[in-house]
Amino acid sequence: MALIAFYILSTIVVLSALFVVAARNPVHSVLWLILAFFTSAGLLVLIGAEFLAMLLVVVYVGAVAVLFLFVVMMLDIDFTELKQGFQNYLVVGVLVALALLAEIGIVAAAATFGGGAQFNASPGAATNAEALSQVLYTDYLLLFQMSGIVLLVAMMGAIVLTLRSRPSVKRQNIAEQTGRKRKDAVELKDVRPGQGI
Amino acid sequence: MAGLELTLGHYLAVSAALFTIGVFGIFVNRKNIIVILMSIELILLSVNINLVAFSVFNGTIIGQVFAMLVLTVAAAEAAVGLAILVVYFRNRGEIAVEDVNVLHG
Amino acid sequence: MTFQEIAAIFIVLAPGIAAAVSGLGQRFLGDKGSMAVTTTIVIAAALLAAWQFFAWSLGGQAGAAHTIVLSRWFNVGTFIADWAIRIDALSVTMMFVVTSVSAIVHTYSIGYMSDDPHRARFFAYLSLFTFAMLMLVTSDNFIQLFFGWEGVGLASYLLIGFWYRKASANSAAIKAFVVNRVGDFGFALGIMALVFMIQPAAGVDYTQFGIAQFSSIKFDTVFAIVSHNAPIQVIGQAAATPIQSVTFDFLGVHVWGLEMAAILLFIGAMGKSAQFFLHTWLPDAMEGPTPVSALIHAATMVTAGVFLVCRASPIFSVCEVASNVVTVVGAVTCLFAATVGLAQNDIKRVVAYSTCSQLGYMFFAAGLGAYGAAMFHLFTHAFFKALLFLGAGSVIHGMHHEQDMRFMGGVRQPMMFTWVMMLIGTLALIGFGIPGTDIGFAGFFSKDAIIETAFASDSDFGPFAFWCSISAALLTSFYSWRLMFMTFEGRYRPNTHAHHDDHAHADDHGHGHDHGHHAPKDGRAPAHESPRIMLVPLLLLAIGAVLAGVLFKPQFLTTNADHFWQGAIVRESDPMYGPHGVHPFGAATATHAPATEHAAQAAPAAEHGAPAAADAHAPAAEGAHAEAHHELPAWVIWAPFIVTMTGFVGAVIFYLLAPSVPRRMAENGGPMHTFLSHKWYFDEIYNFIFVKGTALLGDLFWKVGDKKIIDGLGPDGVTGVTKAGASGLSKLHTGYIFHYAFVVLISAVVFVAFVMLGQGR
Repeated sequence: MALIAFYILSTIVVLSALFVVAARNPVHSVLWLILAFFTSAGLLVLIGAEFLAMLLVVVYVGAVAVLFLFVVMMLDIDFTELKQGFQNYLVVGVLVALALLAEIGIVAAAATFGGGAQFNASPGAATNAEALSQVLYTDYLLLFQMSGIVLLVAMMGAIVLTLRSRPSVKRQNIAEQTGRKRKDAVELKDVRPGQGI
Repeated sequence: MAGLELTLGHYLAVSAALFTIGVFGIFVNRKNIIVILMSIELILLSVNINLVAFSVFNGTIIGQVFAMLVLTVAAAEAAVGLAILVVYFRNRGEIAVEDVNVLHG
Repeated sequence: MTFQEIAAIFIVLAPGIAAAVSGLGQRFLGDKGSMAVTTTIVIAAALLAAWQFFAWSLGGQAGAAHTIVLSRWFNVGTFIADWAIRIDALSVTMMFVVTSVSAIVHTYSIGYMSDDPHRARFFAYLSLFTFAMLMLVTSDNFIQLFFGWEGVGLASYLLIGFWYRKASANSAAIKAFVVNRVGDFGFALGIMALVFMIQPAAGVDYTQFGIAQFSSIKFDTVFAIVSHNAPIQVIGQAAATPIQSVTFDFLGVHVWGLEMAAILLFIGAMGKSAQFFLHTWLPDAMEGPTPVSALIHAATMVTAGVFLVCRASPIFSVCEVASNVVTVVGAVTCLFAATVGLAQNDIKRVVAYSTCSQLGYMFFAAGLGAYGAAMFHLFTHAFFKALLFLGAGSVIHGMHHEQDMRFMGGVRQPMMFTWVMMLIGTLALIGFGIPGTDIGFAGFFSKDAIIETAFASDSDFGPFAFWCSISAALLTSFYSWRLMFMTFEGRYRPNTHAHHDDHAHADDHGHGHDHGHHAPKDGRAPAHESPRIMLVPLLLLAIGAVLAGVLFKPQFLTTNADHFWQGAIVRESDPMYGPHGVHPFGAATATHAPATEHAAQAAPAAEHGAPAAADAHAPAAEGAHAEAHHELPAWVIWAPFIVTMTGFVGAVIFYLLAPSVPRRMAENGGPMHTFLSHKWYFDEIYNFIFVKGTALLGDLFWKVGDKKIIDGLGPDGVTGVTKAGASGLSKLHTGYIFHYAFVVLISAVVFVAFVMLGQGR
């Protein structure tokens, strides 16, 4: 039963991944990417890693993929032009990909894994989330904090990069408004008749 | 019934396929930096699947912790990469990386 | 340590200390302080050296020759050398000559250089020279001799180029240095040849030859081995050989070792003493200040070559070929330089060529075996040639640095004292004296002794040297009087072209004198007599020029000679005054014989320094040498006098009675005159062969060897390849990020494949 589900899900994952790289329209690519993320989350659920699966959906689908979608839709780009030259590198790409696949296959065939003997997604705990949280907030606390800082820095970087001051746009500066003195704004002049200022 | 069991090998195979497709995507979409970024996400996804699979099939939780880290970094990388892309587009009016050869000096 | 030894150490080292103090401390001492320090110390050294010399020669009780070892320098196997002061007749004489002339020149320079801004440097150089020269003459080995040899070369270079703002002075200094280097190379090779040959042979007891410590370069060892013909072991040869039979291959030629070494040593002497082929630097060296010319290029340094040959007389006296070479080169030089001296117009160059010529006399005397006569002429020549130079310097000083005799004349009246001094110098140079008596100037004794030696010699080249020397004597007289007449007599001939190229320090000239060369009505030159501090040295030298001959002939040549020399030079070979000579003064007992030169019945020879002197009167010995004793013919004795007078008369006719004749000759530029005034075209030939040749060779090495081959394959080639490679590589560096990404990925794939294949095996 699980095996059948695996085969279905994995087929969808691989196919959608292929469409990600092969799609003509980047919007389609993003949609295929979302599908790939969803199905790979399903793959993780199959072996009991529910928390990671949920995380995958939340982070990848909810944040990253949507970010991609935003960018792709916001930028006014002629995507057909970008697709040119796809064939030029197809052969090389396929060759490299096959070589890589062959290498991975050989390594995997030669290696002996202790896999299956201790099939357990949440050792020492009732649920997967509990098992994770038991170590995440104790043994790996520093690592956890670090990943938070990484995210913070990434956020700051993204803001700094994209923020730009636009002098042409009129904004209300409240501090300036309230801090204004009378002498800065009003000047009294004695004007003689018939001479102007 | 060993043939009908779900094993580590199955997951490794999916992961390898995803990884290869990611690399292939980088090669064939050399002009489109958005798809290159997506391909990188695919590669990272394959790594995550690998980590979780090993973690589960070896009965240790550490692999999943590590997968979380990778997830974080991937998100950060996507955010910064896309931010750079936006700035680049704002300055150049296009995103064709083929013309980006300022590194040539 | 006796007072005598302390004095000797002081004489040698004090000038060096003075040079260091005044040279390095001139900022603190100032010009006056430097002059005071150096002059005082050198005068003190001169007084001590004079005391030492007189005690040795006239005191009648010459101390035993000995060596004061200051410290060990080298001690490598048999290559042992000390810093030492060797006290014997040769070094005592040379110390006296060097320090006295140096002291006189120091004093004179105070006046002569009074308006020079770099006096402290000048005096430091002078003292440095004195120190180096004293190291040279007092050494007891070839290495210290070489040290002094190079030291005087350095000082000479520095002093010739003293007025370094003058381009001609700089090139003259370089020329002197380079030409000397040719000679020095020969000298160094000679020393190497001696070291090469003189190695102790196994099983030979060298103490039997009087050698306490075997050293390949010490005079004691070398001379003892040579004179005893001791067996030695040449490096690389199988068997021990007596030294006079040593042969080896040199430059692919099979040579007699000792002759080779002697000739190489003589090449060194040729360079330093400006002999034929290596003489070209000496006249140019006159670019230096005149006191320098007097000290270095007349009295002392240039005689170092003669000193070397005399010092190495045990070697030369057994080397027939080398001695013949010395004779021929000396004789040719003495005639050649005299001919060139005829046609020179620069007053200092005339004296310089005369120096060259006189050095030729000394050399062929040494070549003929008359080392005593050579040293005697060196001794007297130092005084009268220094006198001539300083006199010429006085004239130049008085004439506001005019050196061209064509623009002199009429100087006698304003510079009476200088004229008298120059007259004495000239008379001493031409060897004026009455033949057959002991009345005459210094040159008379030494020069006639050399000329007679040449006649008496039974060497194959004796007659050649004799006729060369007679001819040179005629020319010497002629050009010396020509100098006197052109400079002092006649009417003043101002230089209408008013060239002041030679004016070395015109800018620094503090004089308020009138520089205009207008001819006064009475034909007197607008000259002024030099200050007293320049005239007193002239007077001292004049005394030497008058008396040095008559006082010291017994010591150097005749009655007192054995007592004086004590084996410092070889005297057996002297054809005139040696034990087997015409006028043998060989025996120590000869001191009691009548002091006349022509003591025909003087005691015959005994081995010099041999204890058998008491038996020297044995009738058998007298009979054995009776055949060798033939009187010189009268015409030989009178010949120098006659040619000298002929030269004088010729000069009177040409330069006093009919001065237009030589001027026309010079203006018409006959081939002979052109040939002589161009100094036999030596400079031109050398320039063509060596300078141009070297330049061409250098050009070849530079353009082909260096630029094309070394640079082409080396730096330029490497940079070229690097540049080409870099531009090729920079094509790979496209700047496209995805290219880099490809490279990373492909590399990863290849790397993994590599690792897997490596593990598969």
